[in-house]
Amino acid sequence: MVKLAEWRGKEMFRKYGVPLPRGAVARSPEEAESLTAKGAVPLPCVVKAQVLAGGRGKGGAVKFASSPAEARAAAASILGLEFKGEVVREVLLEEKLAIGHEFYVSFTLDRAARIPILISSAKGGIEIESVDDAAIDRQPVHPFPGLTSFERRRAARSLGVSGSVAKSLDRVLGALWQAFQAEDAELIEVNPLAQVGDGVVALDAKVIIEDDAAFRHPEYAEIRDDRTPLEEIAREKEIAFVQLDGNIGVIANGAGLTMATLDVLKEFGGDPGVFLDLGGTDDPNKVTEAFLLMAKAKPRAVFLNIFGGVTRCDTVATGLVAAMKQVPASDRFPLVARIRGNNEKEGIAILEAAGITATPGLKESAQAVVAAAKGAA
Amino acid sequence: MTVLVDADTRVVVQGITGHQGTVHTRQMKLFGTQVVAGVTPGKAGSEVEGVPVFDSVKDAVAASRANAACIFVPAPYARDALLETVDAGIRLAVIVTEHIPFHDMLVMYHYAREKGARIIGPNCPGIAAPGKAKVGIIPNVVFRPGRVGVISRSGTLTYEIVNGIKEVGLGQSTCIGLGGDPVVGTSFVDALPLFQADPETDVLVMVGEIGGTAEEDGAEFIGQHFTKPVVAYIAGRSAPPGKRMGHAGAIISRGKGTAETKVAALEAAGATVARFPYEIPALVADLVKQQARR
Repeated sequence: MVKLAEWRGKEMFRKYGVPLPRGAVARSPEEAESLTAKGAVPLPCVVKAQVLAGGRGKGGAVKFASSPAEARAAAASILGLEFKGEVVREVLLEEKLAIGHEFYVSFTLDRAARIPILISSAKGGIEIESVDDAAIDRQPVHPFPGLTSFERRRAARSLGVSGSVAKSLDRVLGALWQAFQAEDAELIEVNPLAQVGDGVVALDAKVIIEDDAAFRHPEYAEIRDDRTPLEEIAREKEIAFVQLDGNIGVIANGAGLTMATLDVLKEFGGDPGVFLDLGGTDDPNKVTEAFLLMAKAKPRAVFLNIFGGVTRCDTVATGLVAAMKQVPASDRFPLVARIRGNNEKEGIAILEAAGITATPGLKESAQAVVAAAKGAA
Repeated sequence: MTVLVDADTRVVVQGITGHQGTVHTRQMKLFGTQVVAGVTPGKAGSEVEGVPVFDSVKDAVAASRANAACIFVPAPYARDALLETVDAGIRLAVIVTEHIPFHDMLVMYHYAREKGARIIGPNCPGIAAPGKAKVGIIPNVVFRPGRVGVISRSGTLTYEIVNGIKEVGLGQSTCIGLGGDPVVGTSFVDALPLFQADPETDVLVMVGEIGGTAEEDGAEFIGQHFTKPVVAYIAGRSAPPGKRMGHAGAIISRGKGTAETKVAALEAAGATVARFPYEIPALVADLVKQQARR
């Protein structure tokens, strides 16, 4: 998934006509000063760290400025901060508006009901998890007619607004719904959506774009998540790769089998660190690529757990032995392989002949790899 | 008809000329499935694994009386492929394709539902009834006809578990791989009534994963309506907490979705929950023995 920084989310909102405060992004204190001095950002203004984590206000990552010098100082104190693991590289400067009531609105997917849902609350401006359930309105939105006028009116009523504010809210909800579909968003959240004068303005933007729709959104391709360089290479090769702190590497095919493998390793005292999920495939070429990638992560020991579907186990084993030879001697690691499926015995024989531990049982092989990781320590 | 497929199932393969389509057409035929047609626009008149290829699903249905579809079409075109299938009158579609955007799947799901069609998947291994038919990609080697039903959200983990059931000398009635995507055509609650009604299923194995609330919803159904013994397993108990889907996600799941909540819900519903996949076959065998004694 691609999480958009607030300013990117707002830039996207602008395309759909969502009212926003006037503002601009600065990457240095000097830039913050000149943007306010030139009037590109009206004063007084808010200076907000552009990080993905929430709770910025409480965490000292939002400041106010009433002169260009103050804007510069505010930017200087925020840029370079480490906020919940993220280093602040950009600040968003926005005019400080006289705000009235604050609302919460979001569009997301209700997985269980298999339908998009509009969530709204009159208690915006605070974390929605802390809002009493009775104060949250949930309205399913059928994908065919999309968000209808009567549904928007209903939302306005539940938020307790009327007149010109209701009209403004109506337009904003329509725009956000359009953006939710057209941008292939998993989540569009505005908290707060604030009353300013006789309309509403989006003061924040939290947007997550779905990865699977990347083929129709080249505009998001350059925005990187918090992936490590190895995770990035894996993504290009369509291998799911997650790097954590443990020391046992796991290569498996399929998310369920990968998770089950982790459960078993943990049970036997193992500390899995890198998970590589080949997806539903047992393609020997992909196994080889996964292998070379794993070597770069420098695990103490590696557990390969493959259920052979179409490909025969001996084919996978032959590929594996060839791949092991390609790993530079300095990067080699103890390997325990468990390959099940067609021609299982032949596959195991090939692996054993090449000096690779191979057992058909999940329990036995998990114990073997945990021992290998401890032995190498 | 047992659960969704049987010896009268006639399959049209969409995307039959692609690598996966070709390989699995052959595997489905080896399983004993009647694969009666293939569809790839522009390839009408050709043959794959002895199966005639048509330009459209409508042509394929007219010529072959196909009544189920297996879709291998790449993700950007999968939505259209499914709509075409449903439009041609097919009421069961297995979508193997992975990485279909969920916004597309929402349209596919609601279109199919309104036309009375059932989708299995996407990103799923499909459905198989040993000795009858298979629509999908589950390896043939794991099966043996029997009376254990399997519903799973996983792919290869399902193969592993189904194989384990075979290794303790039992067999399967029907196995459905639901797929692990955020939006699936058939969920546990949709599949459970089919197994409850199936006279050929005595015991059910349910394989879930962390994330979402499908297992909790399934457990609720089991507690209220399912009278056959259930062995369940939830993968991902030790997985690190995943990236949350923003705040709205937490509001929807309302504290559900972890391994603990799923296991607790299933146990409360009377299911036997295995801690590890390799415990499942023995637990199933025990339940089968208990039933025989009754």
